[in-house]
Amino acid sequence: MAYDKFDVLTSTAYPLPTENVDTDQIIPARFLKATERKDFDINFFRDWRYNSDGTPKADFPLNKEIYAGSKILVGGRNFGSGSSREHAAWSVYDFGLRCVISSAFADIFKNNCLNVGVLPVQVSAEFADTLFAAIMADPKAEIKVDLPNQTVTLVATGESESFDINSYKKDNMLNGFDDIDYLKNIENEISAFAETRPF
Amino acid sequence: MAKTLFDKVWDSHVVRQVKDGPDVFFIDRHFIHEVTSPVAFLGLESRGNSVVYPERTFATADHNTPTINQHLPVEDPLSANQLKALEENAAKHGISHWGLGDLNNGIVHVVGPENGITLPGATIVCGDSHTSTHGAFGAIAFGIGTSEVEMVLSTQCIMQPKPKKMRINVNGKLGLGVTPKDVALYIIAKQTTSGATGFFVEYAGDVFEDMTMEGRMTVCNLSIEMGARGGMIAPDAKTFEYIKGRSQTPKGADWDKAMEYWKTLSTDEGAEFDVEFNYNAADIEPMITYGTNPGMGIGVTQDIPNAENVEGGVETYKKSLGYMNFNEGDSMIGKEIDFVFLGSCTNGRIEDFRAFCSIVKGRKKADNVTAWLVPGSHKVVDQIKAEGLDKIIDEAGFVLREPGCSACLAMNDDKIPAGKLSVSTSNRNFEGRQGPGSRTLLASPLVAAASAVNGVVTDPRTLLTA
Repeated sequence: MAYDKFDVLTSTAYPLPTENVDTDQIIPARFLKATERKDFDINFFRDWRYNSDGTPKADFPLNKEIYAGSKILVGGRNFGSGSSREHAAWSVYDFGLRCVISSAFADIFKNNCLNVGVLPVQVSAEFADTLFAAIMADPKAEIKVDLPNQTVTLVATGESESFDINSYKKDNMLNGFDDIDYLKNIENEISAFAETRPF
Repeated sequence: MAKTLFDKVWDSHVVRQVKDGPDVFFIDRHFIHEVTSPVAFLGLESRGNSVVYPERTFATADHNTPTINQHLPVEDPLSANQLKALEENAAKHGISHWGLGDLNNGIVHVVGPENGITLPGATIVCGDSHTSTHGAFGAIAFGIGTSEVEMVLSTQCIMQPKPKKMRINVNGKLGLGVTPKDVALYIIAKQTTSGATGFFVEYAGDVFEDMTMEGRMTVCNLSIEMGARGGMIAPDAKTFEYIKGRSQTPKGADWDKAMEYWKTLSTDEGAEFDVEFNYNAADIEPMITYGTNPGMGIGVTQDIPNAENVEGGVETYKKSLGYMNFNEGDSMIGKEIDFVFLGSCTNGRIEDFRAFCSIVKGRKKADNVTAWLVPGSHKVVDQIKAEGLDKIIDEAGFVLREPGCSACLAMNDDKIPAGKLSVSTSNRNFEGRQGPGSRTLLASPLVAAASAVNGVVTDPRTLLTA
């Protein structure tokens, strides 16, 4: 088992409506020098969370006490673009988040999230706006992410939308399995295939 | 059924299709570097797995290496530790390793093709989003995360849903001073930074057929900057000429057999794409970016657009211009610059240095400009010297550094200081990408050279003669 199982998550959420948030913002390259996977939360959104003298930027949503402890982040369109660094997904996880909601994700970031146990939930632009508005109106607004039923719901109003995930990845998330478990299980089939490759 | 180039290569690498899930996708060639591989080896070992096909993985140090005094021990202990981990992991698992000082060392996406590891029809992955570069040879190549690096090491496969297909046709002749980098920045500006998300791109048309392999690599390299997983170009006589005789390409009868297959690698007449775009070469001028993603590009002579004329939210756009300290309607020409960076997997090849030299030859670097010229590999350095370009560089007041990723992502000491403005031939102008607070203008080696000489953003056509 590679990570905790994901089933139903109800939580408040950090709002980050800026579009095209790239992985260099999520974790800048200068913090990628570790050779172990630990403590990536420290430099999560480093340059947006902290001034150059190391003091926190009070108005940045991830620093606001009112949202503290949220397990969901609602991000702007095209979240996670740029570099393939899985460190970005690790930093999301290490910060205590289990789900990112956006109207569009960059492909590699989305894959990386699924591989580390963070559920990327893609919603319509309208529903993303609904969520942002709800959080702005009430920072304690709760969002329920139901993986078995593939729905995301604004708890206070019951407004809801379904989201896509293929059944293979869904089963992995529900059970805490990962791709290596699957691939090792079909080793013989892979080695037979490898024999047929010309180079 | 008529198939696209992408279909042909993809379908021939599917070990099995998972019901309502991804394909089990076989990987022919796997590149690793020091930043995204250490945790994969830890995972591999903690599960008690081994590297199943070590001959299919190639290690090179590039992201986190100094570009001066490479013969000395690396000063930063964290960087040194990562380089050591790569070397030790490679040795332990029987993987070839080109570390600092090795004559084959350089940026992974430069040394792969140089050594004939990159081949048409192959599937190639690396824990680096610019792996799309190798698509220039008619390979399917894309970036992966560290979990997937571990999958490839331990099983030689990853689990990938097949992307949708996009074809981008650019026809006509490029004008004076318009380079492959400009073609790519033009396409990305049209597509926006996310327009090709979920797609794999085939580039087709006169412009790509006329391009050198170096140019094609520049274009495919930048596919990720419009969200595409990768881009590819059908192999042709130029492709075969480039790879023939390189150290790791097939030889003799193996070559002949491979050629038979490679010649089938083009999109069949009537094959269908999910979406197709057509652009005209004549509409493309030397490009430059003005914002904080690669989609925010314009012709160098144009003014920065107003918020209402761009796609996406106004708030995000204003935040971006605020970071750059630019205003809507500003002209790019004449903006005073502080740095010039020539290099990276995008523009760190011999042709890029030739282009740069074609402008700086007989001219001098402006006093207000600090310039970092970083070749993509030792082989590029050798070629620069063989062609005497090093003398032109020296006489114009520039210094050639040693190979590596350098200021493209500023993991090493090559950081653009806060607030400083750099014309860079690399691939990303994200906030702080080239160092905390740095401001980046992406452009071609010609624009970089012209700006380095004048000390301000300059249209290279004013310094070129037809």
